[in-house]
Amino acid sequence: MNPLERLRARRAAEDAGEDPSMTTPEAAMGRMDKPYGAHDPTLPPPVDSTLDQAPIPLEHRLRMYELQQEIRQVETQLHRLFVMGLVQGTSHLYTGMEATAAAFGTLLRSDDYSFATYRGHGHTLARGASMKGLIGEMLGRESGLLGGKGGSMHLTSVEHGMLGSYAIIGAHLCIANGAAWSARYRGTDQVAVAFFGDGTTNIGAFHEALNFAAVYDLPVVFVCENNLYMEYTPIGQITAVEHPAADRAPAYGLESIVVDGNDADAVYLTARDALEKARSGGGPSLIETLTYRHGGHSRADPGTYRPSAEVEAWKDRDPIPLYHQRLLRIGVDESTLTGIQTSVAERVDEATEDAKAAAKPDPSVIFTDVYADGGYQWRN
Amino acid sequence: MSMVEAIRDAHGVAMERDESVVVFGEDVGFFGGVFRCTQGLQERFGSHRCFDTPISESGIVGAAIGMAANGLRPCVEIQFADYMYPAYDQIVSEAARLRHRSAGDFTAPITIRMPTGGGIFGGQTHSQSPEALFTHVAGLTTIVPSNPYDAKGLLLSAIESPDPVVFLEPKRLYHGAFAGRPDDRVIPWNEHELGEVPDGHYTVPIGKAAVRREGADLTVVTYGTMVHVAATAMDESGIDGEIIDLRTLVPFDIDLVLASVRKTGRCIVLHEATKTSGFGAEVAALVQAKAFFSLEAPVRRVTGWDTPYPHAQEWDYFPGPDRLVRAMAETLAI
Repeated sequence: MNPLERLRARRAAEDAGEDPSMTTPEAAMGRMDKPYGAHDPTLPPPVDSTLDQAPIPLEHRLRMYELQQEIRQVETQLHRLFVMGLVQGTSHLYTGMEATAAAFGTLLRSDDYSFATYRGHGHTLARGASMKGLIGEMLGRESGLLGGKGGSMHLTSVEHGMLGSYAIIGAHLCIANGAAWSARYRGTDQVAVAFFGDGTTNIGAFHEALNFAAVYDLPVVFVCENNLYMEYTPIGQITAVEHPAADRAPAYGLESIVVDGNDADAVYLTARDALEKARSGGGPSLIETLTYRHGGHSRADPGTYRPSAEVEAWKDRDPIPLYHQRLLRIGVDESTLTGIQTSVAERVDEATEDAKAAAKPDPSVIFTDVYADGGYQWRN
Repeated sequence: MSMVEAIRDAHGVAMERDESVVVFGEDVGFFGGVFRCTQGLQERFGSHRCFDTPISESGIVGAAIGMAANGLRPCVEIQFADYMYPAYDQIVSEAARLRHRSAGDFTAPITIRMPTGGGIFGGQTHSQSPEALFTHVAGLTTIVPSNPYDAKGLLLSAIESPDPVVFLEPKRLYHGAFAGRPDDRVIPWNEHELGEVPDGHYTVPIGKAAVRREGADLTVVTYGTMVHVAATAMDESGIDGEIIDLRTLVPFDIDLVLASVRKTGRCIVLHEATKTSGFGAEVAALVQAKAFFSLEAPVRRVTGWDTPYPHAQEWDYFPGPDRLVRAMAETLAI
């Protein structure tokens, strides 16, 4: 049974007046006593073929295809650059999860706000931040989005409404509330979107942010990208409920929403509704997208704690080939899609060369942007 | 034995000797910790003694306090010191004060381990050295080991301590005696005398510093990674300095520091953490108050810059051997 089916079955049981099964401490301990890596695989949901007919403008679909290609190809290139010794420090790839950022990136207005975690390459690109800036930042160059000060885990591009990657997860949900509040205060209809993983749902800030947003009906959309693992630990083993985000929604008066996070169209339809609701004063939403990371938690992690049947099943549900097939089925030419791929590849190459050629920042930049007046001298 | 293995070994010894010792944190059970410091403990002692928690630092430390007040000896891991801020309320308002507030009825004998410091291109959220945020709080003991032998002995002391202990592990030292030059080979601990770690139980006392190198010209008071950086600076410059490895910041081994400063007449405090209100300020204040008439030069501090920890500019930020050599030269007026 996949998680969507489990949720539906549980809802049906609840509707029929049956008690949903509760997780007991003994059961939790029992799960943890299983030998290393031996938890049951969680398989992906089946593809919803009715989405072929979804009312989505073709230009939006092509944009989602392009964004998924951009994110995948940039991250593949970053991996190559790492092997060449050009990227310093760790990074956390989004490979396999691109559909969510692509769908939101297509729908968000240029003046909307978004927030991500340390796994934020995709969300940053999806807002239109340049590949040159992103790759330059990864290589620690002057041309980087942050001049090398931030690195992979802290990507930010205020110019593109990307109000940052937050490596210590949770805080950014509260900050998104503030951005949403400011929009309402200023009388605009801007929306703030906070992306985070399943692990974030267990830290206090998640619960504080949801309550706060609900109490004040803020124009904010919380998007939990549930890839089934809190870093190295199966999320089910350390969470009291089956669906780490959706099952908590009712506690804050919000609807439980679970969507196939490996299908850009499924995310698109849900995202469109939530954004419209927020924009028109209808208040916050919490969306859980079911997805999977193809690699480990970080570059240092081969991800061997995951059952191989699970990894294989989800790789077969790769969002990009799925979307490619859908576009062909609805009548897009193969050559159009190949053209998008090639054009993205050319831009990735160009951005890479640009980053490699860019100067390394002067070390004195360490001292800038600490205080508004640059007044750091007395301290150093 | 590497520092990771020494820490793992200390956990094993403590859990073997005392069944009230429990170990938990994010990814520590099933996976064995992101730095592998708890690998094998769940398998060996069961998931009631070593278990995974949600991402919930406040929850982790809060539960540890409740356990400790009721007979257990929790040793918990915060995955990176940078992640401890959500738990800071529990550490400061509860763990540190439980004994005082209950007039001695309740205590919180917990150990909170956290990897600290930079050197892995972790940027502003995976490189910080927050020790001064703990040394500022009455009721906490703060430990920073600089080698595997001390790490094991001090961790056992921490777990056995009747008071809450913050145990900061310099992550750049986990696998070798990193000496401050990122392009140089790092001496692995199995080639280093302080990587020789005895089997079984032993302790290194809390509150006792160690002289790592004897010298006549000046005293460098330091701890953690910087102990090795200081040695590099002296090797390269030929300055005959004395290196004091504090090992425990609070309680502070003032007698050893004063004895050294009275001998050399000069003192530099070296740490990776930012300068303003850092632990170096405390050392400087104590030294000038108690050894004023022995001093031949002002006490200097060599520290990380007072900025967030940058990403690409990591080695420009890190107070490496060159910065210490410059400060030593100024202090010696050479």
